[in-house]
Amino acid sequence: MLLYVLRRALAVVPILFGVSVICFSLVHLGPGDAINAITPDNATPEVIAAIRKAYGFDRPLPIQYFDWLGLVLSGNLGTSILTGRSVAAEIVPAALHTSVLAVCAICVSLFAGLAMGMLAGFARQRWADRLVSSFAVLGVSVPHYWMGIVLVAVFSVKLGLLPAMGMGPATAISEFGLNDLKFIILPALTLSLIPTAIIARTTRATIAETRKNDFVQTLRSVGLGRRRIIWHVTKNAAPAILTVSGLQIAQLLGGSILVETVFAWPGTGYLLNTAITTRDLPLLQGTILVLATFFVLMNFIVDMLQPLCDPRIVRQ
Amino acid sequence: MTGIEAHVLSIETAEPVRIRKRRGYWWAVWRRLLQDRVAMSCACVLVIIIAAAALAPLIVPAQAMKNSIAHRLLPILSDGHILGTDELGRDMLGRLVYGGRVSLLMGILPVLVAMLVGGTLGIFAGFTGRFINMLIMRLVDVFFAFPSVLLAVGLAGALGSGAVNCLIALSVVLTPAIARVAEAATTQIRSQGFIEAAVATGASRFQIITGHVLSNVIGPIVTYSSSQVSLAIVLASGLSFLGLGVSPPTADWGLMLNTLRQSLYVAPMNAVLPGLIILITSVCFNLFSDGLRSALDVKP
Amino acid sequence: MTQVLAVERLGKDFKVSGGLLGPKGLVQAVDDCSFAVAKNEVLGLVGESGSGKSTLARLLMCLIRPDRGRIVLENAAVDARSADERRRVLSRVQMVFQDSYASLNPRHTAAAEVAFGLAARGEPRRAAERQACEALALVGLTPNLFAERYPHELSGGQRQRVNIARAIALSPKILILDEAVSALDKSVQAQVLNLLGDLKRTLGLTYLFISHDLEVVRYVSDRIVVMYLGKVMEIGSVDVVYDAPAHPYTKALISSRLTTDPKRRTSAAPVTGDPPSPINPPPGCRFSSRCPIAEPICRAREPKLSSLRRDPHHLTACHAHITDSGHSLASARKSEGNP
Repeated sequence: MLLYVLRRALAVVPILFGVSVICFSLVHLGPGDAINAITPDNATPEVIAAIRKAYGFDRPLPIQYFDWLGLVLSGNLGTSILTGRSVAAEIVPAALHTSVLAVCAICVSLFAGLAMGMLAGFARQRWADRLVSSFAVLGVSVPHYWMGIVLVAVFSVKLGLLPAMGMGPATAISEFGLNDLKFIILPALTLSLIPTAIIARTTRATIAETRKNDFVQTLRSVGLGRRRIIWHVTKNAAPAILTVSGLQIAQLLGGSILVETVFAWPGTGYLLNTAITTRDLPLLQGTILVLATFFVLMNFIVDMLQPLCDPRIVRQ
Repeated sequence: MTGIEAHVLSIETAEPVRIRKRRGYWWAVWRRLLQDRVAMSCACVLVIIIAAAALAPLIVPAQAMKNSIAHRLLPILSDGHILGTDELGRDMLGRLVYGGRVSLLMGILPVLVAMLVGGTLGIFAGFTGRFINMLIMRLVDVFFAFPSVLLAVGLAGALGSGAVNCLIALSVVLTPAIARVAEAATTQIRSQGFIEAAVATGASRFQIITGHVLSNVIGPIVTYSSSQVSLAIVLASGLSFLGLGVSPPTADWGLMLNTLRQSLYVAPMNAVLPGLIILITSVCFNLFSDGLRSALDVKP
Repeated sequence: MTQVLAVERLGKDFKVSGGLLGPKGLVQAVDDCSFAVAKNEVLGLVGESGSGKSTLARLLMCLIRPDRGRIVLENAAVDARSADERRRVLSRVQMVFQDSYASLNPRHTAAAEVAFGLAARGEPRRAAERQACEALALVGLTPNLFAERYPHELSGGQRQRVNIARAIALSPKILILDEAVSALDKSVQAQVLNLLGDLKRTLGLTYLFISHDLEVVRYVSDRIVVMYLGKVMEIGSVDVVYDAPAHPYTKALISSRLTTDPKRRTSAAPVTGDPPSPINPPPGCRFSSRCPIAEPICRAREPKLSSLRRDPHHLTACHAHITDSGHSLASARKSEGNP
């Protein structure tokens, strides 16, 4: 088992390395240098060259990369051009806000997705199956940020029940009161749309697939009741479902930017948006690095949890 | 071949026979697809949308696209404007039709590019030695390590706004998955007996790839790529929604969602219209690609 | 005899990996194999699964490279590293594989499949298709009916004929048949074997017929090579080997054939024991763990393939037949010995 963990951990390291390279090079992709935002508009070439030298941009790229990597690994993600504060200081509260949103969204997704998937998977009638499948197709096709706008149009504009955007009067999540919960509802619902659809689809497919196995016939002929059979089938289908669920959780954190933009939710996605519109490249770089690293680590954790559900994996 | 020729003269069917692929695999796939009602109806809808977008200058009267402050945000089913007008008084239906040109292009083109680049990479990786294969696939894995939205936004953000940059960003986002599919399919085909037989005839690697591998691998690649079109369209409009795509006054579904958002409280129905057409297009592409997969899946 | 193909001390190893940190081993799939194939003969190659027959076939086709020894084609040694040499081999030697369905591309018609090799050689498309049809006619598949058929529209025997057509379309001198009829029904086997016989006569071919089916091998072969765990155990003309096998393994194989003839009952000892692991084989004769006449010398030293005193064309690798080997039966050849 330890060997399994070690081997997987070893495989993650070069991926993280590659991710860091890509994040580093993001800054150097665009037109102009990273210093464009710092230099005044009417700067002469000599001034530009001096600034470049001062920031170390005149050195060869690999050296710049390793310097940057060193800083990152010691926790220094650079300074935001916009606010002047350290990028890390910007990211931490934003990450907290996004996590709250993501956790709520994933709770909804797991509950709704599993329920629908199991209903469709175990259902004897075709219509339940059809309904869930249609929902699943819709769920993955719909632009979820548009769904957010629709929800706002229905619940905020037309019905006036829920707030359209923002986090409410609280400036930090720690100051959240019960009253402020209504600010989470619409964004969490919107964010949960795609994961729900994917979890429902996978659950349905896996359960339908597992039910066809011969061992189910055996259980039935032995005389096991329906509830026990459902339990057994679910146990067998669990690994695949858990994998997909874990992956969706990871995707949520990376993909929240659009929803957060619609609802002006001050999370990492919103931060990213701000960084792009103001071309605050250090902030952009740092945020993407953090989000991508988190995504990789989440995937790794999901991988690690696999053997717990399916002991066959370790004995490859 | 002189020995065989001499012998053949004694066999009565000595006349040359033209090879006609009578009832081939692709013919059967086409037939199955035609019989799939869901896929065919979706295809019809898509054809209508694509044709309308392509023929936009011909079917949308120029008058409809002019700004008109007096006619701002007219509701749906108004006089002369079936779908109302947008925040600058332009006809909504006309804007949607014109918007299709950009949005559809931004969705389909990256998939084609990714199919070409990813497919080539994957087939090449699947057919070369273990070391190069590992190298290429590790590189693919690194790009795969980013959530799609994040990578698209990050790249587009770093490159700067604009249609071309968006295209590049989306192509980069879509290539890894297609490369993986291509590599997996190629590796699976490579272990088949007829590949060994083809090698035994003395054919070069390139000849084997074009002659044997391609025809077997194209199916999974096309299936997977078609399932990515809807994702690409949604992503592309997402990028436009964030302001990373084309700039106004160019029509684009995602951009329209963005600009109409400010009018959400005044005219909520108008504001959601562009998203609706994105949804319809996306659903149709998804269902059509499902049908395509079913048609290709059945063994001949 | 004029040799067209000869194999000298050929050896091929495969690494067995136990994962990143697992046990490693070496499988000697083929070791110290030597035999020659004469012009226009049918050389049968028999052995159980794991005897190295298929590896040998692939070595001869230059699909894999030998680790030891060499192949001599038409009196010129083959350098497997050179692409030109491989092309030379493939222009003279072709193979028919066992699995008739897996050997055909499901997306190609019969004629397209046969024409592929020709087109790869540089034949223009029309000419390649014409020659493909001729080859199909030669194997008994009328082009008008069969040229446009796909593999799933052909029976097992017809598919194998397509495989044969593909091989002979390239005008080889030597044809390797790797279990080419083993997967077919018995009645179809007879038809295909007869076809192979006709082709051999018409086209002046030489065959290397690999099989585990002793009856079929006896029917088609002139001479026979017996292999066990990668080593050659016995070589000789088919009548001699079947009627008076020298090696204990061959004796066991021959006597294990099912037969309804009561006169063919034998009291030869059956093969007992388990075959040793092919990974990191022990020293000595590979058959010693199952041999009824095995002695310490057999487990200590490998017997070399040497000819019998009474028949120089009959070779065997057994200490019991090598003079002064130390085996109790070595110097005397009175009868079927029992220790």
